[in-house]
Amino acid sequence: MTIVWNDPVNLMSYVTYVFQSVFGYAREKAEKLMLDVHHKGRAVVSSGTREEMERDVQTLHSYGLWATLQKDG
Amino acid sequence: MGHGFTSTREGVSAHLDPAEAGVLRSLVASMVLDVVEPGETGDDPLERALRIGPATEPTDPVLARLFPSAYADDDAASAEFRRYTEGDLRDAKRADALTLIETAAAGRVTLTTEEAQAWLRALNDLRLVLGVRLEVTEEIREEMAEMGDDDPRYPAFVTYEWLTYLQDTLVQALW
Repeated sequence: MTIVWNDPVNLMSYVTYVFQSVFGYAREKAEKLMLDVHHKGRAVVSSGTREEMERDVQTLHSYGLWATLQKDG
Repeated sequence: MGHGFTSTREGVSAHLDPAEAGVLRSLVASMVLDVVEPGETGDDPLERALRIGPATEPTDPVLARLFPSAYADDDAASAEFRRYTEGDLRDAKRADALTLIETAAAGRVTLTTEEAQAWLRALNDLRLVLGVRLEVTEEIREEMAEMGDDDPRYPAFVTYEWLTYLQDTLVQALW
């Protein structure tokens, strides 16, 4: 799965916008994930095969989000 | 300070005065283009053909933030991922920075959809570089109030806050 970590630079509006554009999430879902990142320090933003997750992480890095991959469990 | 981006029929648009356009271009040139070198590949012809690059995490904290390790708990997998992706990521960030520099003219700036996405990412990269160097926290407003405008760091913080404003208005205009 793909995890996004909180950092002090990325704007709440920008992070929400990126989740909507990269994953096609509705605004409500994207905002909830952004708030999870902000308040809990991290959130799982997508899950799937290793290849899919590596593609997601690379895309999120291109937007400057601090994203990592983790195996389920 | 200008009014940031708004949504118009021709696309997202902002008015930049000459000083703002100049500061923006020179900051992106010196803080992003000069810091993010083109994707490097080894001397091996096969590695060059496959665009395989370095495997180790950058030691510079700015570059480590721009190119984070992909696996929090697996160094070998992170190294492998980095070898195959960092070069492309560097080139993409440089292309975004160049788009911003080429389009940030004084006066009314109206961006195409693609240019607006490049601006979003380039403004964010610039804020990440500045943010790491200035060691900003989520309490930046309180910190600025405490340091006062005679603090030598103050102008850099004001610039950072202006970039934050510009990026936020761009996001709002694109929604």
